Amino acid sequence: MKNLKLYIPVFAFLILAVFMWRGLYMDSRTLPSTLIDRELPEFELRTLSEGDQLVSNADLPDEPFILNIWGSYCLPCLQENPIFMSAREQGLVPIVGVNYKDRDNLARDWLDINGNPFSMNIVDDTGRYGIDLGVYGAPETFIVDADGVIRYKHIGTINYQAWQDEIMPVVRELQSAHAAQSAATTGQSS
Amino acid sequence: MSQIRLWCRNFLVLSSLMFAMATTAQVDVFDFETAEQEERFRQLANDFRCPMCQNANLTHSTGGVAADLRREIYNQILEGRTDEEIEQFMLQRYGDFILYRPRLTVKTILLWFGPALFLIIGLWVAFGIIKRSASPNRNNDESGSEATRPEDLTADEQARLDRLLSDRLASDPSTGDDSPDDSRR
Repeated sequence: MKNLKLYIPVFAFLILAVFMWRGLYMDSRTLPSTLIDRELPEFELRTLSEGDQLVSNADLPDEPFILNIWGSYCLPCLQENPIFMSAREQGLVPIVGVNYKDRDNLARDWLDINGNPFSMNIVDDTGRYGIDLGVYGAPETFIVDADGVIRYKHIGTINYQAWQDEIMPVVRELQSAHAAQSAATTGQSS
Repeated sequence: MSQIRLWCRNFLVLSSLMFAMATTAQVDVFDFETAEQEERFRQLANDFRCPMCQNANLTHSTGGVAADLRREIYNQILEGRTDEEIEQFMLQRYGDFILYRPRLTVKTILLWFGPALFLIIGLWVAFGIIKRSASPNRNNDESGSEATRPEDLTADEQARLDRLLSDRLASDPSTGDDSPDDSRR
């Protein structure tokens, strides 16, 4: 009993060390999203290309897609662009853009200069839809499944490594689940 | 001495600058219908944390999203939403992080009661130490090592101790029972 008491400081140190060690690698800048596994918030907004015509959730792809919050003022978005461009060229996954707190003409210029990887660009010039998404600054990226449910969120720049190791595995998983599901429904109907 | 004065002056200047920063709230032009609405707005904007700047509340943050959220609070107050509804709105979107005063949940129990727990442990340890050192007759049966106390010396050990002490006193009387530190004074 006496011996055990002697080790109390050691145990206390170990517990503290574990907490602090974990603290070293904790990124307090990225907040956990409360929207994971919840449906993408509803919207009715303009797009960059189609004038004043409004689009809503029904106009989103009916397969897994990536929703990228971006702006022409956002330097990290410029870094993401080549990755998204190559994803579009290879037809890996549709990428929907949310042009967040930007000006239409600047956004269009940006896409003309750097290339447009987005299958559709929702205009959120006031940032109101961003609030619904829990966004606090571009770039933020959601992965949404075929049913319109948010499955993953990445805060900050997606570099090539993050694309390979984080984004694509989730996308592929959702895509194979979607493929299995649609195969099952077509099997039932025939 | 002048060094100290310089330090004091620097400290005063720096600390007054800090207060100057703390009072530069963002000035939005919001028109409220009643003073009560304005007071609620101030309260809410003070109680929510800016998700982008992290260590500022919505009132003091210059971040773009903070301005959006202030406007959102303003709109919702005018729409007649209650404080609870607005808090729920923020929580749904930004999670517990947005609250400067965390809610009491299973996850936050340690956060709320951790300090009190550590205080109790500290008091318990301190009390134990004080009690043990204060009691004149310590119980032998609780201690494993007997040789640590003078009264526990065996006859041989006592004799050896006496011999050592007398040797030392005889050879160097100047440092008799003063430690070297004391003799320097």
